[in-house]
Amino acid sequence: MSLNKNQNLSKDTLKRGIEQLPTRDGYGHGLVQAGEKDERVVALCADLTDSTRTGWFREKFPGRFVEIGVAEQLLATVAAGMANYGKIPFIASYAAFSPGRNWEQIRTTACLNDVPVKIAGCHAGVSVGPDGATHQALEDLATMRVVPNMIVVYPSDAVEAQKATYEAAFNGKPTYLRFAREKTPVFTTEKSPFKIGRAEVLWEDRDPKVAIVAAGPLVYEALLAAKLLAKTKIGSLVINSHTIKPIDEQTIIKAAKMTGAVVSVEEHQVNGGLGSAISEVLAKNFPVPMEFIGMQDSFGESGKPDELLKKFGMKSTDIASAAKRVIKRKNS
Amino acid sequence: MDKLSPEELEIKANKIRKDIIKMLVAAKSGHSAGPLGMADIFTALYFNIMNHDPENPMWEDRDRLFLSCGHIVPVRYATMAHAGYFPMTHLKTLRKLGSDLQGHPERVRMPALESTSGPLGEGLAQAAGYAYAARMDGARFRVFCITSDGEHNAGNHWEAVMFAGKNKLSNLTSFIDRNNIQIDGYTENVMPLEPLVDKYESFGWHVLHIDGHNMEEIIDSVSHAKAVYEKPTVIIAHTIPGKGVSFMENKFEWHGKPPSPAEAREALHDLRTLGGKIRGEHE
Repeated sequence: MSLNKNQNLSKDTLKRGIEQLPTRDGYGHGLVQAGEKDERVVALCADLTDSTRTGWFREKFPGRFVEIGVAEQLLATVAAGMANYGKIPFIASYAAFSPGRNWEQIRTTACLNDVPVKIAGCHAGVSVGPDGATHQALEDLATMRVVPNMIVVYPSDAVEAQKATYEAAFNGKPTYLRFAREKTPVFTTEKSPFKIGRAEVLWEDRDPKVAIVAAGPLVYEALLAAKLLAKTKIGSLVINSHTIKPIDEQTIIKAAKMTGAVVSVEEHQVNGGLGSAISEVLAKNFPVPMEFIGMQDSFGESGKPDELLKKFGMKSTDIASAAKRVIKRKNS
Repeated sequence: MDKLSPEELEIKANKIRKDIIKMLVAAKSGHSAGPLGMADIFTALYFNIMNHDPENPMWEDRDRLFLSCGHIVPVRYATMAHAGYFPMTHLKTLRKLGSDLQGHPERVRMPALESTSGPLGEGLAQAAGYAYAARMDGARFRVFCITSDGEHNAGNHWEAVMFAGKNKLSNLTSFIDRNNIQIDGYTENVMPLEPLVDKYESFGWHVLHIDGHNMEEIIDSVSHAKAVYEKPTVIIAHTIPGKGVSFMENKFEWHGKPPSPAEAREALHDLRTLGGKIRGEHE
């Protein structure tokens, strides 16, 4: 095992009994924590207060919670007005609707206006499961990262989600935070390092042949893939690139130089998301062969989360196969 | 600032209209009808109604003016220049590279512009969010919003009407520039808006409607709105698009284009002579 000791990951990492929580819980806790720290923090929700975990904030600070109803364009624009006044508004809905429906409002009234609206896109990815394609946001990283002034963060577990939410409250910028519905392994701890904009190397073999750069809960699948690869004597790096924008160029370039091959992993369209962001960095600085794990330009469908991840090729075994493919390309 | 009387406001508005024409002809692009139609309301706001300080544009207690229909911003720039926010000569930089007088207003480029607008239907929601936040803190200033009638096609706008009504935002006063035109034609042909009064009332607003070129009515309507403590107020201001320039008045063709130099000369003559009723001072 080559887990990076400096990361202070959970002692249960890669073990069967690891605790599981949804990243949206981290949002709920981070929001309350930020609210306790600073009374400028307010929370708005579009009729999904409990499932986005905004309800925890509402319970604690009822006077600082604003119910918007099923109106995501209003959600963004009212928040922009409040942020313009001096509040720190967090807006939550399912990512399919916000930022799915209100992209132009976010572009104009939050980003061009440069006011610190915090957008929590919940239930992102195919792992929403049975709700089906309408509710599976798979394009949000692309649509958010392309807008100037926007910060984009995709936490990998509930603990990291709480840290990301809290830090985002005080960064003074429009920020998109992406969360998932399903419970996923909690492998980072209070002591794990986290800073928006800085990727973390979670797994580091001696003489790594491939760098797996992942974001969101699939970071854990990437770790499982590294373990599989290690069994076949293939060394790798696993990087948690939780911040999609600004992407940590230095860490990615360094990993490409060290390994000469990269696999990107995200529960999102491979067009425009993390993989694209990495390939932009590498094409400009140090081009290496890449493989892209994620949705291959298709919509999702109903099913159990795990069935869907299998069907669309985002499990650890898929990542390990992609790693072998890209290593072969490097050597051909 | 000292408040101008209705008579003084009319004279000031006429000067502002001339500057709008000069700006547009220098910019060679922009909207003519809307800015001319709203010159009286902007003049009344900046020279009589609003608490503000051009010497200290970000004064904390200033009244906030959100312009939702950002395309009519030349009237705001011209009025702000007359009020002393920046030198009059600066108006000629409208829509030019590097200018803070962007074609559609950007908050970060100029103090006291309050918001970034142009995409329609978004301004009232921002003003309502601002008013809501200000009320949380017990702020005493008033939030004004100016909307166009055409942008009442947008769902986002009506979402904001619902939100302000629900939350009884009595510190919010919204004007509708009811000039009956939009780019594709007359509003009632493009997408009928009437009965506007009933619509707003049923959404929990206090509704007034006025002649948007009558200074006394404009001033009185805001005094009236300030006395309404339980609801937001909307002032439906009936205006004439292109007001003051006879060949532009009521013509939707003038919504989105500037006058040519020759048309500008004619427009300025019209404004100087009040439509030929008086002799121009320089003729």
